[in-house]
Amino acid sequence: MSKIVRTTARFLTPAILLYGLYLIMHGHVSSGGGFQGGAAFASSTALLIVAFGSKRVASYLKEHLLVTISCAGALMFIILGFAGMGTTFFYNVFVGSPLFGNVPAHGPNPEDIWTGGTVPLMNIAVALNVVAGLSAILLAMAGASNEPGEDK
Amino acid sequence: MSDILINMPFFAVAALICVSLYIMMTQRNLIKVVMGITLFQSAVNLFLVALGYRTGGVAPAYTSGPVHLMVLPVPQAMTLTSIVIGVSTTALMLSLIIHIYRHTGSTDAEKSRRVKG
Amino acid sequence: MDALTLHSPILAVTIPLLAAFITPLIGRAGPRTRDVFVITSLVLLEIVVVVLARDVYANGIRIYTLGALTATQTIPEAYMVPVRLILEVDGLGVLMALASSTVALAGAIYSVASIRPETGQDRFYTLLLLLTVGMMGIQLTGDLFNMFVFLEILSISGAALAAFRTRFVDAVEGGFKYIIVSSVSALLLLLAIGLFYGQYNALNIAAISDAMQYTALDKIALALLIAALLTKCGAVPSHWWVPDTYTPAPAGTSPIMYASSLTCLAALFRVVFSLYGLKMSLATVGWLIIIAGVLSMFIGVTMALRQTDIKRLMVYHVVSQEGYMLLGAGVGLAVLGDPQAVAAYGREALAGGLFHVINNAFFKGLLLLTAEALLFQLGTRDLNKMGGMGRNMKWTCAFFLIGALAISGVPPFNGFSSKLMIYEASYQFNPMLTIIALIVSVMTLASFTKVFQSAFTGPALPEYRQVREVPLSMKVGMGILATATVAISLFPSQVVNGVIYPATDALLNQAGYISAVMGGG
Repeated sequence: MSKIVRTTARFLTPAILLYGLYLIMHGHVSSGGGFQGGAAFASSTALLIVAFGSKRVASYLKEHLLVTISCAGALMFIILGFAGMGTTFFYNVFVGSPLFGNVPAHGPNPEDIWTGGTVPLMNIAVALNVVAGLSAILLAMAGASNEPGEDK
Repeated sequence: MSDILINMPFFAVAALICVSLYIMMTQRNLIKVVMGITLFQSAVNLFLVALGYRTGGVAPAYTSGPVHLMVLPVPQAMTLTSIVIGVSTTALMLSLIIHIYRHTGSTDAEKSRRVKG
Repeated sequence: MDALTLHSPILAVTIPLLAAFITPLIGRAGPRTRDVFVITSLVLLEIVVVVLARDVYANGIRIYTLGALTATQTIPEAYMVPVRLILEVDGLGVLMALASSTVALAGAIYSVASIRPETGQDRFYTLLLLLTVGMMGIQLTGDLFNMFVFLEILSISGAALAAFRTRFVDAVEGGFKYIIVSSVSALLLLLAIGLFYGQYNALNIAAISDAMQYTALDKIALALLIAALLTKCGAVPSHWWVPDTYTPAPAGTSPIMYASSLTCLAALFRVVFSLYGLKMSLATVGWLIIIAGVLSMFIGVTMALRQTDIKRLMVYHVVSQEGYMLLGAGVGLAVLGDPQAVAAYGREALAGGLFHVINNAFFKGLLLLTAEALLFQLGTRDLNKMGGMGRNMKWTCAFFLIGALAISGVPPFNGFSSKLMIYEASYQFNPMLTIIALIVSVMTLASFTKVFQSAFTGPALPEYRQVREVPLSMKVGMGILATATVAISLFPSQVVNGVIYPATDALLNQAGYISAVMGGG
């Protein structure tokens, strides 16, 4: 791709990543959440593949790294579910505790991210899984559609 | 007349379902069949979001929001789940089309139907 | 009650899920470690399911509410409807869970040897465990949207497994057909769920059933649900994807994919008996299911008779045997409103259908594994090219005989017991159905005689003189299913009274199902 596209991609990628992170972290107080933020994150991978070619991106995002991150995200989600096993599965043990533990007021209230208990942590876990998974899918398809020897 | 205007999303859902069924049944190119299924998924998602609407409602988030009637949040969660599932199935279908193309050299459904009976 | 029994419904779903995501990480440590890990987690699953089954048979329906203060608090304070996700385990759920966890264990042990020549084995075991998660989820859940999500997990894993050996074009084509058919079916299911939520503001099966008035939208939802679930089972008229998908599936996963079809059949029973039950027009829906069953029986076996590919022949018998189950359930459904007829023959028909489900999971799974064993050793599935393997592969021949006699309904095997219950009950309902079922049974025996004679008897062909018996893990896998078949054959009345009749009564007792969630609290 031409110099203009590559420069713009370099310039835009941090902004996309920041927006994705905003969606992930604010999932429990406003719109957003794990999948939404993860998909926005992965759209930066798509931009990099289009701008720089799948071979170059695949040399940074190796497959076993993506598999590890994806499994780590999924395992974190399930283990957070087991954390409440003293009561029932998925019980919200972190409400009232120092980690994301504030209890918000009922009804409309100003935004407080430090609430929610296990929900923001589960959002982060799902986002890890989604980013790794979608990036792996994009890299696999971009690599598969290359003719041998050509880099698109 | 206002009845039709209020129910316009559901007419759109019906139209999208009819178009997607027509595409799935008549198109021979496999990628177009996948597009038809994606259209069907979008129609069902639109149906789910539209059935949660309450007249004069706002988005169901308490953050700095007005004290007001809110639309139903559960269909929005169902739609999100359906979108995620749709992404996964579309990815799987497209990967399988890449493999079929590698084997048979075309994405035509007639040419790739090897097994009969 | 101790912690294991209390949490066993959710453990039965999350143990294979946890194992599925640890498998790629453990796979770095070597194939032996990974195989041991997968088999251990499936053995743990079997133990949890047996604990859950004993609790359900002793104490009735088990409820598990995710995220509540106590596991049985279905309706939170100051609410009037259940809002959390509720797992509701009754007799039908544990019947299917016992069958599918045993089949998954046998299939995984069989795969240890048969998947060795392939690459990407970590992903194979991950997909196998995710398929098991999907099956467990559909069987144990009490929430309709949860059933949709697990149905999609099952479909995606099944399609990826069917297309696993991407170097064969018919495998990729089969997987592609499966994912297209599953996507459309699941979307129809989601439309029906949307219709229910729009009317009754509830996603829980018991809550919807409690609030249901049989409006026109409910009739549309019933049509969508029956169409979607009959397609996922592989009943006629949507049986065309079954042979193309199940034939090229890798060895060891064919019984598990068949168990996933039976799970969708159980979901259909859950919908028509527990969700709608007495509120719908029973004669119409009952006859619809009976006709689907009879057509499946007949078309399945007639298509099977002309096959020369051994595994494709057995997969057509999959369609045919599902017809028996649909026939039994349809007769039970058609007379549901008449207590006298239910006590006379309706209960026995439904029990025959459910007994046939668990029998089929075992002996049909065994037959599919023997066909794959022949492919593994001989390199071909064509019956015209085989011959005389009875001397070289004695174990496979013995297992095949057990499975073939059971499926043809030869006494004293378990296939005879379940078919006898279906014949007796359907004769009192309509004699024509029994005659068709008997003819289909004779044709089944004919096609398996053909397979036995082509593959195992006769002089050994010169190119197969060096063929040895299959490796140990494949023998163990087939042995588990054969032992289960023989055990049920030797003690049919204990199995029917202890396992099948509780499942039948759980399905017939819609009021009990509703009150476990709504009334008990």
